[in-house]
This record gives sequence, structure tokens and C-alpha cells, in this order.
Amino acid sequence: MTAVARTSGTGNRRASSGARRQALVAWGFALPFVLFFGIFMCVPIVSSFAMSFTDFKATDIQTPFAVGFVGLDQYVSLFAEPQFLKSLGVTFAFVIVGIPLTMAVALLLAVALDSGIQRFRAVFRVGFYLPVVCSIVAVAVVWRFILQDDGVLNAFLRIFGIQGPNWLNDTAWALPAMILMAVWRNTGTLMIIFIAGLQSIPPEMKEASALDGASMWRRFVDITLPLMRPTLLLGAVMTSVGYLQFFEEPFVMTGGGPLDSTLSVSYYIYNQFGFGKYGTASAASYVLFVIIAVLSFVQFRVLRPKD
Amino acid sequence: MSETRAIALRGERGGARSRASGLVTPAPMQAVAYVGLVIGVLVYVTPFVVMIINSFKTQGELLRNPTGLAPQEVTFDNYLQWFQDLNIQQFFLTSLVVAIATVAGNVIFCSMVGYAMAKMEFPGKRVLFALVMVTLMTPGTVTFVPLFVLVSKLGLVNTFPGLFLPFVVTPLGVFLMRQFMMGIPNVLLEAARIDGTGEFGVFRRIVLPLCGPPIATLSILTFLMSWNNFLWPLVAAQSEATYTLPIALTLFSKGQEATNYGLLLAGAVLVVAPIVILFLFLQRYFVQSVVSAGVK
Repeated sequence: MTAVARTSGTGNRRASSGARRQALVAWGFALPFVLFFGIFMCVPIVSSFAMSFTDFKATDIQTPFAVGFVGLDQYVSLFAEPQFLKSLGVTFAFVIVGIPLTMAVALLLAVALDSGIQRFRAVFRVGFYLPVVCSIVAVAVVWRFILQDDGVLNAFLRIFGIQGPNWLNDTAWALPAMILMAVWRNTGTLMIIFIAGLQSIPPEMKEASALDGASMWRRFVDITLPLMRPTLLLGAVMTSVGYLQFFEEPFVMTGGGPLDSTLSVSYYIYNQFGFGKYGTASAASYVLFVIIAVLSFVQFRVLRPKD
Repeated sequence: MSETRAIALRGERGGARSRASGLVTPAPMQAVAYVGLVIGVLVYVTPFVVMIINSFKTQGELLRNPTGLAPQEVTFDNYLQWFQDLNIQQFFLTSLVVAIATVAGNVIFCSMVGYAMAKMEFPGKRVLFALVMVTLMTPGTVTFVPLFVLVSKLGLVNTFPGLFLPFVVTPLGVFLMRQFMMGIPNVLLEAARIDGTGEFGVFRRIVLPLCGPPIATLSILTFLMSWNNFLWPLVAAQSEATYTLPIALTLFSKGQEATNYGLLLAGAVLVVAPIVILFLFLQRYFVQSVVSAGVK
């Protein structure tokens, strides 16, 4: 900006034509990105919003501009639809239990890995991070096998005399089982981010408070946690954006059942899309979009550093 | 001021302790940390062990005894079936082509626009950057319905371009490239410009060779994203000719093979293996990419 201001301010013709040339060259560099970004990102975001006020159906694909405008009807009927409300509840339960659990496990692992131990650090890091890189579909297939009624997990529980439930076919246990799987799959990313956060804390701050006689626990609560605020915030936002959209896990493991007990909002949207009700699907996806935006905003407010 | 002193102090100490952030933890606590980490890592690795072991069992043995550890008779039939009857080579190839196109598009286009945004002035620059930031967190579930309408209008459903074009640029890519390029000193570019090198020459011969780290990060992130992508190919690939690996595995796992776990677990091994091998070789870069994408 300053360069433009300076060159046009002097009124020097050569300089201003140079600025125009640079602008042209710059747009040349930006053009391929702008094209793809505009067509495949911006247009869908805007038209998703527009479609949520219409009765767009699969049969309207050939004549997308001939659909009827229905105002807020899609949103009104959405919130009167028990299945959609149910999917909201399932998604919230997944997020409210899943995020603190994932963050707690990841923080615990990060602190343990950062406690000065030297041996096997790489092995631990690989082991905990491995699930992150794997396709959720492959992972879900394995977990479905493990969680069978006569599967590996229940056989393990039987050693301790516990009769485990038929996890994925039990309305009370299907979602908790999925949360456990999500924790397993997502701790690796957060663990790495938290380790980076821990290592950016100046050790002298802890040493000083150690000299003051603070216990390890107090040092953690009074020094480490406050300094980790930005990192924790980042982890919370990243995880919630992902968790609010959970879809593959129920799609592969339960088909949303039993009795919609694992039907997430994303799954609901996908189903409406499958029924050809594109308007309904768009309205539901905007509801999800707003929830994601609001939650990210709230987390920024709550966790931002106190000056 | 205290901060700079802390950094200076830390620099002086160096050595083994510099790897951990805090005080050296007392030995008993370290022992507790070890025990916890060992138990944890065993739990985390178990599903992979279960997956591999059971993929070598026959359907009969899996039905009789789904929890037994070592297989009574080792069979490769599950793998053979994927290669001979189910044509997994083709799904593999589709996944690979789509992933390579996605990585190439992101590396080329995002570094170009990143250069313009970092080192040039042009009208609309701020608006473009604001748009990139706003879309950085837009979930795929919000866009896939109109995207499908668009892609089917373009006649690209069930084609390779239909699978990768929507991901050929990503806001995160622009962000990563721009941030890194802003740190390249202008003197370097000016020197080349004075020598008469055109703007594209400066980009290709001076800027790009310096951008190894962000390009590595971007390549890893977009390859992972593409290889494991699910919702979009589920919608846009409607025949075997364009199924990616995760889609093929899903459809078999929900179809008539739903309880043929030997076959499904072998499929899971085949889907996961290329990425895991890549990860083990490029471990350090994977970890760096998570940190740099997260801690912007």
C-alpha cells in the first residue's frame, strides 16, 4: 500500500506506469489461484447460502435459476424436524465430551514427553501420531471389528470379569465408543502442537518459581498453563472445527444408528443431499457453519491471553 | 527485557537439557512418565496390530475366534482377492493421480499468488487476503452441495478433474507461502531485477529455490488431505472407474462383504500402508508441517 501511495503521490509518470505494470504482473501471478478459488470456493459458499432460501431439488440441476424462493421456510421446518434436532444433540454430545478428553490426553502426553526423558522419545512420538495420518475409513473398519459383540475389546474386558456391551448396536454405547475412537485418532496432532507450546516457555520462569519453593503441580498450574493459553486455544479451535463435522465414523461404523443415536449433523446433511433435497441440505449446512463460527469465536474470547 | 535475557540464558546452556522446556524432572517422576507412556503407546498401537494380524486369517477362523492372537493358519487370500478380483490397483492409481494433481496445483498456484501477495503491490490485494482468511476455516460440509451442482453442470461428475479441481488450491496453502515469502529479503530480488531478470525469472530462479520448507509442508498436508479425503469423492465418484481407495473400501464394508472382516482388514492395511510408510520416512517433516500449519 505504501509503495502505491508514494508513487502516485509524486505524480511521476514513469513511476506510476511502473506501479500499473507491477499491478498487472501481480494479477498475472494471482490469476490461476483467483480463478480456482473463485469458482470452487467462493461461488459454492455464496450459492449454498442462496440455496438455503429455495426449494432446490436434485431435479433442478439443469435449471438452477428456475427454483422457487421460500424465504426462511427451510430453516423453520428444519428446527421443527425431530431428526435434525436429534442430530444436533448427537453432535454437541460428541464435541462436549470429545474435545476436553482429547485435549486432556494430549496435554498429559505432551507433558510426559517433555519431562526431560531422552530414551524412546521418537518411538513414543511415532506411536501416538500414527493414527493421525491414517484414513478414517480404514481406521473405522478396524474399530468396528474391535468393537464387535464378541470382539477384541470385550474379550479384553472379560479378563477382568466385565461383560462389555454390544458397543455399536447399543443406543447408549455407540456414541461413547465413537468418542473414544476420535480421541485415539486425534491426540497425536494436539500432542505435537502442545509439545511445541511447552518448549516455547522460558525454563527460567519455572526455575524461578521452583526456587521460591513452588511444588511441581503449582508450577504447572501457575506458570505452565497460563503461558500455554494461546496454544490451548489453537488446539481447541482446530479440534472443534473437525469434531463438529464428524461424519466418516458413523457412516462406516453404524450407518447413523442404532435409532439415530450416532446421526451427526453432517450425516443428516448428507442424507438430505441423498434424498435430493438440496435446499434443506444447504440450510442445515449453514446452521452448522454458524455453529462452527460461533464456537470458534467464543473459544477465542474465553482463552485469549489476559493482559 | 526479561524475555530477551531468558532467551540469552537459554542459548548459553544448550546441551541435553535444552530439549525439554522445564526443569529436569526428578527421577521418580520420570519413571512414572515412562510407565504411562509405555502403556499409552501400547494402547495406541493395538488397533494396528489387530488389523495386521487378522488380515491374515481365514473367514472361518475369524468367525470361530475373532479375538485369538496368532492365526492358526496364515492365509494371503484376503490380499490376493483385493488384487485379483477387486482390482485394487485401479483405485490405488486413482487415489495417486488425484493426490499428485492436488499437490502440484497447490504448490504451483499457491506459491505464485503467495509471491504476488508477499512482494508486490496491486489493487485488490487486501480484499483477496481477507477472503483467504475467511475461507481458511470453512468446513467442507458447507460447500459440497452447491459444489456438486456446479461440477455436474460442468459435466465433471465421475471424472478425475471433478475429483481434484475443487482442491487444486487451498487457502491454507496461500497463507503458508505468503508468510514464508514475506521473510525473504527484498535486496535479493532487487539485485536480480537490476540484472534485468523479469518478474517471473525472479520468482522461479530466486524465490522458489528458497521456499523448500513451506513447499515440503504444503505438499505433505495436501497429499494427506487428498489421500484421506472422503465426503467429496463419495459424492463425485459414482462408478468404479473413479473410486478412490477410501471410497472403494467403504462401499465394500457397507455392501455384501460387510462382515467379511479378513477382506476388509486387508483392505484397511492396503489403504493405510502407503501413508504410514511415507510417514515413517518423512517423520520429521510431518511433525514440522503440523507445527507450522498450526502455530502460524
